[in-house]
Order: sequence, then structure tokens, then C-alpha cells
Amino acid sequence: MDPAAAKLIGAGLATISLAGVGVGIGQIFGSFVQGALRNPAAAPKVFGNVLLGFALTEAVALYALVIAMLILFVF
Amino acid sequence: MESHAGPFEQFVVHRLVPIQIGNVDASFTNASLWMAIAVLVATALMTLTVNKSALVPGRWQSLAELSYEFVANMVRDNVGDAGKKYFPFVFALFMFILLCNLLGLIPYSFTPTSQIIVTFAMAAVVFIGVTIIGFARHGAHFLSFFVPQGVPMFLLPLLIPIEILSYLFRPVSLSVRLFANMLAGHTMFQVFAGFVIGLGILAGWMPLAFIGALYCLELLIAFLQAYVFTILTCLYLNDAIHMHH
Repeated sequence: MDPAAAKLIGAGLATISLAGVGVGIGQIFGSFVQGALRNPAAAPKVFGNVLLGFALTEAVALYALVIAMLILFVF
Repeated sequence: MESHAGPFEQFVVHRLVPIQIGNVDASFTNASLWMAIAVLVATALMTLTVNKSALVPGRWQSLAELSYEFVANMVRDNVGDAGKKYFPFVFALFMFILLCNLLGLIPYSFTPTSQIIVTFAMAAVVFIGVTIIGFARHGAHFLSFFVPQGVPMFLLPLLIPIEILSYLFRPVSLSVRLFANMLAGHTMFQVFAGFVIGLGILAGWMPLAFIGALYCLELLIAFLQAYVFTILTCLYLNDAIHMHH
């Protein structure tokens, strides 16, 4: 297979991981909203953890981006 | 159509003042310039805004006090009292990353934290520092950090390499998280700016409005990434100082 074509296919395949990341981020904020509707007074205290969890999950999406960039431009 | 820059030209580091010390290229680059500006802004915010004779802080002093309290609370909540001596380092880390991220949002500037070497240097300092602190405080007993509590013996040969691997992955994840966030944000700006030029005067307002929304998101991400880097540093410090797992 032509290496340039293989690179493009590889970069496209790397984006499949974004499905899992989308589910994960939705899960974080969904459970936060559910918990906040049950216990509104405790919501501000845990919001810091929500942001931390969101950033850690988004990092996985960015690892996929870095892998796609590596496949496209480095190899 | 006139030629405009591709999405990655904004990340090129070029020398502003060439300086050669022996074999080492120690030039003052655009990255150095914006890191120096970040340090100057942080210093000015913390020193010039303080008015010792006033009882009620002014606007800028409140900003300085807000950022100090924010990081101080973070260190106290996540590291405990033993972490007080690491507060200057954590505060400097937070302010540097925050200001590098924010100053990169000025048009025609340069984002130092979009360079992997900058973020890796900071992550390496945190990782090596935390490991040295762990060994200094607990000696060889620090290695029991990789043996989780209450695990049956036959699982240990599988679990201990996994624990060690995930510990060694920390500097990689710290650096790549910040680097990739900044890279992705600024690349998106450039790509949509290309669309604005390409669509012209009739339809170019649509990508422009999207760039506006993206700018607000990038402001949020600048704060969020600085916060996440700092709080993970505090959590790793807590792991090294109090080895609960």
C-alpha cells in the first residue's frame, strides 16, 4: 500500500477513540447534574472534582490527536 | 488567492537575538520572549499592586490575593500541612502556566506552553522532584507505594509492573495533556481563520462567529489546564509525602 495512503487511513482510525471519550465526558457531567439535582447544597463543593475529571478524560482525546499527528507527520 | 500561513506555522520557534555559547545555541527566541513576559506580568501582579497603607485592597491587589488564596487552598486541601513548604513552587508553576496560556491568546503572540519541550521540562521537574521527595522522606519504604493494600499474593506479579508503569507514565501525561490542549486550540483558530478568508465577505461571518465562541472556550481551557496541572502536582506530592494508596 502507498505509504501516504496508509498514513491517512491510520490517522482516520486514530479518531475512533473519541467515541469512548465522548461517552466518558458525558458520564461525568451527567452524574454531576444528577447528584446536583438531588443535593443542590453539595454541588459547589464537588465542582472542582468535576473539572478535574473532565480535564483528565479530555486528555485521552488529545493523546489520540497526538497519535494521529505522529502518524501523519513523523512516520 | 494570496498565500496564507498553514495551521502549524504559528508554532515555529525563531531566534530574535542569536547567542552562541560554545557549542550551545542559547539564542533568545520568541518562545523565550513570551516566557519572560509571563514572568514579568506575574511579578508585577504580585509586587506592584500591593498598597501596604490601604485597609481594603484595590482591584489589582484583590486579583493577586485571589490567586494566592486559590493556590494556597489547593495545596492545603490536597497536601495537608506538610505541603506548606512546597507552596512557593506550586504557586510559581500555576501562575507561569496560566500566564503562558493566557498571553498566547493575544493575536500575533506565541504560546510557550504549546511547545512539548516547555511542558515536558515542567512535568519532568515535578516528577523527578516528587520521586526524590518520596525517597528522601521514606527511604526504601517508598517502594511499597507500588504494592496496593489488600491484594492477594498471586496477583502481585501482574499488578506491580502495572503500578510502576502507570507511575512512570505521569510525566508523559502531564506534559502531553497541556501541550496537546494548547496545540489543538491554536490550530483550530488558524484553520477557521483560513475559512473566514476563503469564504470572503458574504459568508465569512459564520466561521468568524465560531472563532468568537472558540476564543471563550480557549480562555476557559487556559484556566482549566493550569488548574489541572497544579492540582495533579499537589496530588502527586501528597502521594509522595503521605503514602496512602
